[in-house]
Amino acid sequence: MPSLGTSFGRGGATTFQQDLQNSDCIVIMGSNMAECHPVGYQWVMEARERGARVIHVDPRFTRTSATATDYVRIRAGSDIAFLGGVINYILENGREFREYVVNYTNAPVIVDEGFQDTEELDGFFSGWQDGKGTYDNSTWQYAGMSVHGSAGQREMGANQGEASGHGGHGGSLKHGEPPEEDPTLEHPRCVFQLLRRHYARYTPEFVEQVCGVPREQFRMVAKALCDNSGRERTSAFCYAVGWTQHTVGVQYIRAAAIIQLLLGNIGRPGGGIMALRGHASIQGSTDIPTLYNILPGYIPMPHAHAHEDLQEFIDLNSAPTGFWGNMGAYTVSLLKSWWGAHATAENDFCFDYLPRITGDHSIYQTVLAMLDGTVKGFIVVGENPAVGSANSGLHRKAMAKLDWLVVRDLVEIETAAFWYDSPEVRRGELRTQDIGTEVFFLPASAHTEKDGSFTNTQRLLQWHHKAVEPEGDCRSELWFYYHLGRIIRQKLQDSEEERDRAVLDLQWHYPTSGQHEEPSADAVLREINGTGPDGSALSAYLELKDDGSTACGCWIYCGCFADETNQPARRKPASEQTWVAPEWGWAWPANRRIIYNRASADPDGKPWSERKRYVWWDEEEGKWTGEDVPDFQSDKRPDYVPPEGAKAQDAIKGNHPFIMQADGRGWLFVPAGLVDGPLPTHYEPHESPFSNRLYDQRGNPARQIFERPGNHTQPTDGQPGSDRFPFVMTTYRLTEHHTAGGMSRFVPYLSELQPEMFCEVSPELAAERSLVNGGWATVATERAAIEARVLVTDRMRPLRVNGRVVHQVGLPYHWGSRGLTRGDSANDLFPIVLDPNVHIQEAKAATCDIRAGRSPRGAVS
Amino acid sequence: MSAQPNVDTEAWPESYGDEARPRMGFFTDTSVCIGCKACEVACKEWNQVPEDGLLFTGDSYDNTGGLGANTWRHVAFIEQDRPLRVGDGEDGDAFRWLMSSDVCKHCTHSACLDVCPTGAIIRTELGTVVVQEDVCNGCGYCVPACPFGVLDKREIEDDGRVWKCTLCYDRTREGMTPACAQACPTESIQYGPLDELRERAGARLDKVVADGFAGARLYGEDPTDGVGGFGAFFLLLDEPEVYGLPPNPVDTTHDLPEMWRSAAVAAGALAVGVAACLLGGRR
Amino acid sequence: MTERPTDGYYGRPIVKPPVWKDEIAWYLFAGGLAGGSSSLGLAARVTGNRALARSATFTAAAALTASPLLLIKDLGRPERFVNMLRVVKPSSPMNVGTWILTVAGTAAGATAACEATDVLPRVRALAQGVAGVLGPALATYTAVLISDTAVPVWHEARTELPLVFASGAAASAGAAAVILTPADSAGPARRMMLAGAVGELAATSVMERRLGELGEPYHTGKAGAFARAAKTATAAGAALGAFAGRRPAMGRLAAGLVFGGAVAERFAVFRAGSQSAEDPRYVVMSQRDRS
Repeated sequence: MPSLGTSFGRGGATTFQQDLQNSDCIVIMGSNMAECHPVGYQWVMEARERGARVIHVDPRFTRTSATATDYVRIRAGSDIAFLGGVINYILENGREFREYVVNYTNAPVIVDEGFQDTEELDGFFSGWQDGKGTYDNSTWQYAGMSVHGSAGQREMGANQGEASGHGGHGGSLKHGEPPEEDPTLEHPRCVFQLLRRHYARYTPEFVEQVCGVPREQFRMVAKALCDNSGRERTSAFCYAVGWTQHTVGVQYIRAAAIIQLLLGNIGRPGGGIMALRGHASIQGSTDIPTLYNILPGYIPMPHAHAHEDLQEFIDLNSAPTGFWGNMGAYTVSLLKSWWGAHATAENDFCFDYLPRITGDHSIYQTVLAMLDGTVKGFIVVGENPAVGSANSGLHRKAMAKLDWLVVRDLVEIETAAFWYDSPEVRRGELRTQDIGTEVFFLPASAHTEKDGSFTNTQRLLQWHHKAVEPEGDCRSELWFYYHLGRIIRQKLQDSEEERDRAVLDLQWHYPTSGQHEEPSADAVLREINGTGPDGSALSAYLELKDDGSTACGCWIYCGCFADETNQPARRKPASEQTWVAPEWGWAWPANRRIIYNRASADPDGKPWSERKRYVWWDEEEGKWTGEDVPDFQSDKRPDYVPPEGAKAQDAIKGNHPFIMQADGRGWLFVPAGLVDGPLPTHYEPHESPFSNRLYDQRGNPARQIFERPGNHTQPTDGQPGSDRFPFVMTTYRLTEHHTAGGMSRFVPYLSELQPEMFCEVSPELAAERSLVNGGWATVATERAAIEARVLVTDRMRPLRVNGRVVHQVGLPYHWGSRGLTRGDSANDLFPIVLDPNVHIQEAKAATCDIRAGRSPRGAVS
Repeated sequence: MSAQPNVDTEAWPESYGDEARPRMGFFTDTSVCIGCKACEVACKEWNQVPEDGLLFTGDSYDNTGGLGANTWRHVAFIEQDRPLRVGDGEDGDAFRWLMSSDVCKHCTHSACLDVCPTGAIIRTELGTVVVQEDVCNGCGYCVPACPFGVLDKREIEDDGRVWKCTLCYDRTREGMTPACAQACPTESIQYGPLDELRERAGARLDKVVADGFAGARLYGEDPTDGVGGFGAFFLLLDEPEVYGLPPNPVDTTHDLPEMWRSAAVAAGALAVGVAACLLGGRR
Repeated sequence: MTERPTDGYYGRPIVKPPVWKDEIAWYLFAGGLAGGSSSLGLAARVTGNRALARSATFTAAAALTASPLLLIKDLGRPERFVNMLRVVKPSSPMNVGTWILTVAGTAAGATAACEATDVLPRVRALAQGVAGVLGPALATYTAVLISDTAVPVWHEARTELPLVFASGAAASAGAAAVILTPADSAGPARRMMLAGAVGELAATSVMERRLGELGEPYHTGKAGAFARAAKTATAAGAALGAFAGRRPAMGRLAAGLVFGGAVAERFAVFRAGSQSAEDPRYVVMSQRDRS
């Protein structure tokens, strides 16, 4: 998410799945799209039918590989080496889409002379602060100017306790351009040349050694991408958690962003980066966030020590240029929607009511705090960390330390039942009578039993209507949170405490209906959309003001209730509209399906080619038009040059498509927003059988490690004991099951399709470890040992990496101790080690051992 | 090729007269199957088919096994060290994973229908073959009669009857699409008038062959085959046996006149023989 | 697993083995016994051999009572057995057979009732005539029933199976009559038994030879065991019956062996069906030959 955000301006897929049918080449990597997005995959099949190349790069041959035109086997955890190799191939062979790169990316921009690359500092960028384990990014800035990222840690200085606040008062764009740039791309410190030097060693031979991909096969992929990019052809990337669940996950995606910018594929039909998010509404869960560090619409959560008042908050977090320049309007409107008439200019619109963060409060930190006894309570809604989180056994133990736990789910999942049904209880490691946690299990309604929306992987909001009443005590999330808030407010209503005003002053009145007083989901959607001074629904985020006259629950969703109509509920059939189908549901922002689509036209506003026309400038009408809602101010001319001192979107030139970015460009090099570097670098996974071929620095220096009992790191290449766990292991999903199993392992029709936990191994590994197809195996790490049935298959094969053979073990992660199909949890094996930008666990690459036979089930001493 | 394919059966359309509707069927194009099993699940949900056993087979991703009383759509998985396209993988690394959704063939000459002693199995006005669950007494004769091994007796909960795919008769009667075809995300399962499907399949085979898919062929589209052509036919990427399908299925009724003749001969011999034994006295 | 499967699709059956339980094997046997006995009974009555007619009549009635009961017991929904008579359907040997059973069973029952109570001789004669004429049909329709399936070892033996069943019917009916009839009236039964036994041995031998590799089930597993037992018992019984059959004790021993052999042969055929369907090889073999 921050990778796409810092590269292009918004943290979301740049295109929609239906657009894949227009691709000439689709690379699916870090994703098993056919298995995990089978419905969306029909568009990949359509592209294939039209003659497109479909290249699947994956450690395993999966159901996606089966229908691809090309399959490339890769060592799990080495993707940046591969993608960096593609970048190297593009630059060394002069295959970049020059006109696009010069005009639409920050390739010509010259970077601060203090910048030093990992090639110069043996695996570190300039600015590494050893004691803190983080970077100071001041040397990464543009020469003569500081910029804010559009996402990620926009106030990086602030997060580290410094209140200096970069950028807001630094230099700024001059007529839409940074102070120092070289359009010929020759200047040694321009981004383009920095890229070349950074990736100079990522040759095909390097890729072969590190990834295990034969160099000719690698060249085939790089060439296919290059041959299918440019004016007449476009290529797309599809990725999912095979990329994000790494200690360098954010940088994986950044590498793809660089490739797509160099090849000129962003914002173009059949191009882009299709971020495949897995859960039905996971995009929605970051848009209206369930994350600790952002507010709706990706506004940062204020920090206790950095943001003393609203103005400081806005100054530090918005760029003066680009659409984030309107952050004040977005923030004030949000505050108005929450605190209504109580929020006035005098009290900073109740800015002080917002909670403050003081550091990293992500879920893994929180769970470790439970183990340490400092977090007493836990509300778990629609998630199953006892199965789905890395080091799931540690999670189960952590919950045993809580005072209270609330679980809301459709069935009594492992997280709700850990206190009497878990491997720890079975082994005698925990005893039910000794667990003091008070557990509340509240049954939840299914999506058929409530109104609401999903926001799916392509930023599309789709409404669903209640079909049946929920049974018994089952209630919707909306009901739960609304009535929880209502009851808390009732209990606090006589309070004189200052801190309780934040709750008591909330706008908390929604129309309810039915015997259970179900709040109206439509009313909530309308509130999210926002209302104007006259109380009517707004139509576009451009209408938002920072003077308190507008209210809006999430600025990127502004427009979803335009014309007092529930836009996400629209269902015009495909046969009655264009292939873009703008009248089915509603996408953010502003119902644009491909974002940054100004880039589908050349700097003069004409399509790059007839074949790839999408959005273009209509000189007669004086506006942008085309197949989709233009992602550009509709009347801004292609030749528009901002006057001196122009602000926000007016500071963006007419030929810069990335309107959220401070400089309107796609960022090949990210000067701000990511904590582990402006450019992706190959590092080995936290646990790997290999050392880093490039540098002494093995892994991402900024990754978050939590070395503690129960979460030890295994010895890796070269360290004593590293041969105990010689195999690479990776986890994945099966089509038949859903994430941590709560919605599939309790359903007979799904359980019977994949009825047991199993591991996948090659015939060679099976021979080495005497594993039998259909038999049992025990997979072990420092953290745990689990058992699984064995599937011996040619879809797994050994790789040759760094001169030696390495085996990979595949583990689906769906199983837990409950349900119709029960089994051990793969996540028990993994340590908690996180990407430092998004605190996501590395569950896609680690090391293990595997032995034939079942694991011992009795008590362990 | 230019003439409309003949899709008539014995009972349809003739015995329906005005009530006859176009004969409907399935064309399952396995070249676009992604093995998602949405068809298996949709079928079970719509038809309330019981769960068929939680059994890990170790047979690739197929834990269902085959068609039966409690499985009316079955996705087969075959891993082969062969290339998907002709000419691929000449470096010895060739590999492909075939996937195919199997179903009752709704034969033109339907052995199960012919041998059913109670008349429970009928030909509907849509030309499909359906077991009337309120008539079937579970004699099980249809089970070994089907050359594809589709039908089976449901042995659970005192049910005792034989069940198979109904081609969602309750849906298709109302002009709706069968559950499996509705759910299939890649249109591997296509539902429509059988004659149209056969024409479409011919064109599709040409394209698949031109795209280089090794082993592509149609299975069951030929009205001159042993069951008169299938009402649910396939595009396969290898020989039928690889998928667990019979290479040359025949409706056993085809040989029934011959069987009655043989029986008559034997019966006659028995009659003559018995009579002859009565000659020669009582001792 | 990952190689091209030489055993089809993971060795799974293509055609489903019959779901019938042993009741059906007994049903197949009972049909033969009933058919042979009712023909024998009619012939004996016509030639004035009262003792033989009597025993054959009772045997036929008993077998014709057991036969539908066995069929009904094997049904998944026994209470719906009457649905068998919903239609008259020549394409279904089981339907045809049910009608034959119904008519012949009624006739045999009437015959036996009249015989037992010694009343209504004209009714008895008519009934016996009907049952006796239907006898050969009773004895052979079961062969058509099992041939009319996709099971290779049955379908490909469709020419020989009626002869196997008819000779088995003669052997078992004759043997039953030998056991139940005083020796001085059992001559025709003994001759029928011997002719049936020899016929059974010849017919099964021809059938197995003509089946070739498809006939493998008759040499392996349970079916093979039954087939071997059948041949041994039938041959021994025939030999004993031929040379010592006139003596009452020997005659009955021989009849017992032939009867047992006929039962075993019916079970051999029945079990061979399951074995033939279980291995997909046979289905593929039989169809590749055809094409």
